[in-house]
Amino acid sequence: MKDTENRNVFKKAESAVAGAFRFIGGDVKDIGVTFKEGDYKTRLSFLIMGFGPLMRKLYARGVAYLTLEVLFIFYMISFGWGYLKDIGTLGTIASGYNPDGTRFYGDNSFLILLYGVLTVIIILFFILAWRMNVRENRNEEKLIKGGGKLPKTREDLHSLLDSNFDKTLLALPCLGIFLFTVLPIIFMICVAFTNYDYNHQAPAKLFTWVGFDNFMNLFSFGSEGFGSTFITVLGWTLVWAFFATFLNYFLGMAVAILINRKGVKFKKLWRTILVVTIAVPQFVSLLYVYKMFANDGLINSYLLKWGLIESAIPFWTNATLAKITIIVVNLWIGIPYMMLIATGLLMNIPEDLYESARIDGASPFQMFRKITLPYMLFVTGPFLLTQFTGNLNNFNVIFLLTQGGPQSMDLTGGAGYTDLLVTWLYKMTINDTNYRMAAVIGIMVFLVTAVISLVVYNILPSVKDEEGFQ
Amino acid sequence: MAKEKKLHKQHKTAKNVASYIVLVLISIIWLFPFVCLVLQSFRSYATENGGMVDYLLPKQFSLDSYKWLFSSESQFFKWYGNTLIIAAFVAAIQTFIVLCVSYALSRMRFNGRRALMNFWLVLGMFPGFLTMICLYFLLKNFGLTQAGAIPGLILITVASSGMQYYVCKGFFDTLPKSLDEAARIDGASRARIFFTLTIPLSKPIIIYTALVAFMAPWCDYVIASYVAFGFSDSYNVAVALQRWVWTNDYQGFFTRFCAGGILVAVPITLLFMCLQKYYVEGVTGGAVKG
Repeated sequence: MKDTENRNVFKKAESAVAGAFRFIGGDVKDIGVTFKEGDYKTRLSFLIMGFGPLMRKLYARGVAYLTLEVLFIFYMISFGWGYLKDIGTLGTIASGYNPDGTRFYGDNSFLILLYGVLTVIIILFFILAWRMNVRENRNEEKLIKGGGKLPKTREDLHSLLDSNFDKTLLALPCLGIFLFTVLPIIFMICVAFTNYDYNHQAPAKLFTWVGFDNFMNLFSFGSEGFGSTFITVLGWTLVWAFFATFLNYFLGMAVAILINRKGVKFKKLWRTILVVTIAVPQFVSLLYVYKMFANDGLINSYLLKWGLIESAIPFWTNATLAKITIIVVNLWIGIPYMMLIATGLLMNIPEDLYESARIDGASPFQMFRKITLPYMLFVTGPFLLTQFTGNLNNFNVIFLLTQGGPQSMDLTGGAGYTDLLVTWLYKMTINDTNYRMAAVIGIMVFLVTAVISLVVYNILPSVKDEEGFQ
Repeated sequence: MAKEKKLHKQHKTAKNVASYIVLVLISIIWLFPFVCLVLQSFRSYATENGGMVDYLLPKQFSLDSYKWLFSSESQFFKWYGNTLIIAAFVAAIQTFIVLCVSYALSRMRFNGRRALMNFWLVLGMFPGFLTMICLYFLLKNFGLTQAGAIPGLILITVASSGMQYYVCKGFFDTLPKSLDEAARIDGASRARIFFTLTIPLSKPIIIYTALVAFMAPWCDYVIASYVAFGFSDSYNVAVALQRWVWTNDYQGFFTRFCAGGILVAVPITLLFMCLQKYYVEGVTGGAVKG
């Protein structure tokens, strides 16, 4: 079974690669044919984008292509090329002092990398636009030859509100995501392959490419290496995500079932009481809970006063206890959320299923196991997955409660025993300015999330069998 | 027969009593921290300590902490205003963007639609803090850090909000397509359908999206503190109150933190409770569709 699946994946990948090559080959051929068969308008468009459409009185398209080309050339000359040419070295002239004691700034590796990446992407987009420009000409010629009518400029513009409305709607969001998500992510992936850290801070100092050194460092288990700390943090991240997801899930469902019971009155009141923890901003509630469990906090004070304990319970300063406390406090946050979701879903289960089970003499627990649980797992499968990956990156709870502490000399990179990969990443960025290792950790978080999502997604019953419960 | 019925009834009452006991216990656990928070916010600053103490009930009720927050000595209302501005703008712009993206992905079929959705899914797997230094630099370039942190924060929050379309698209998918088609036959353009047909039908999802977007900035600590870096005029409440709890210089500020926390939590909680119905609809729908 496994073997055939693997082979299938392999075949798929193979055919995808072959398909890509065929696609590019076909594309190049298509460009050639366009040039050979095209008239002078089309041929000139290869150099002057939008020339063809302009001559054919498609002003909106022509002007758009032409502007694009002019802007691109202007960008490359005035800005892009200056950074792109140094991207291989990330700068060679270090900042320093002039003979007269004044400071001068050399190359700024940060800017070279960032704008270099930006320029590469812009070039790729330009090639794409150029290709579209060629195809545009080809299509127009075909249309004219076939005796069709070219759309007027007014129609072109109007289509942006009708048949091309998707482009209008998506343009701005895509631009925002590109500038503030895609570009920074590519930049940080690049940083993982450089030595950008405390000793190589731009603009005062240069940093440069170091290949896979940082990844080697992550998996080296010497006293300087990050290996053992990485394993510790990764282990706790997975344990945490597991408990935070499934404990919340089952206990939340239990509370929902309890409130849904026929005999229970004031259903709305109970729900509202629980929901308060969702409504109150977490930094208020969690910070307060953090103080409550502190060594000099309320809980310890009262236990001491009543003589129940001799000395304060180290809720946050003992590693094991801190982990348990975090998971318990997270229940306080998470149960209401799950309760809300479960309440709605439980009502969807047809009552007659329970009725017939009851007639057959099933106990409530049996009914839960045979009816409620399978149904809930089936509908909320994808939700559980997103909860799990969300918990892998659950920054707020950890950070507001322990800030990753208790810290230890046994761990490198300023990590503590309750640090998740993300909080560790955050600490390395802020406290240690160890950007290169932070970037490596970020990539690791991505890999862990992606692998888990992919594997789980493929075994989910609701994905395999969409009709299962209908 | 009658006896059996009575037994059954007794059994049922016992179960109900047990349920109520559990529910009351749960309620106490869930509300206890909030009760403490309220009580401690009323502790007198002048006659008792402003820091942590080992008793719960204040010896003397007073409004010292609240008065101090309102006094010119504290910048609390500056921070409160900052957060309110950010939350309001983010809620408005983000909702609009999410609606646009969801409509395009739900109703229109275009080349690369699936690819775009998969690409955004993969992007979402990168931890957000990874890109912090790069975002900081980009904002700094536009002068949107420190003194300009408020518009800067709005910009970076809103810029990536297109990726949060899942719940809203799921809702649009359930709206009957035949409505759109009928309108198209009548000659309405896509844009017209979007603004005059789809949006008016989407009140629940608009409220849900806006509510979630409005509540998020109140908890935003990480990015906000990084962008405002040391410039206290641009702090939001989370950043500012955090400092009162964590930094040792602020030992006497614990009751002030409690009072500030109450002032933040009460309006937000009330708003949430009023719109709870929409929130439940949104999360349940989102959970089922994943």
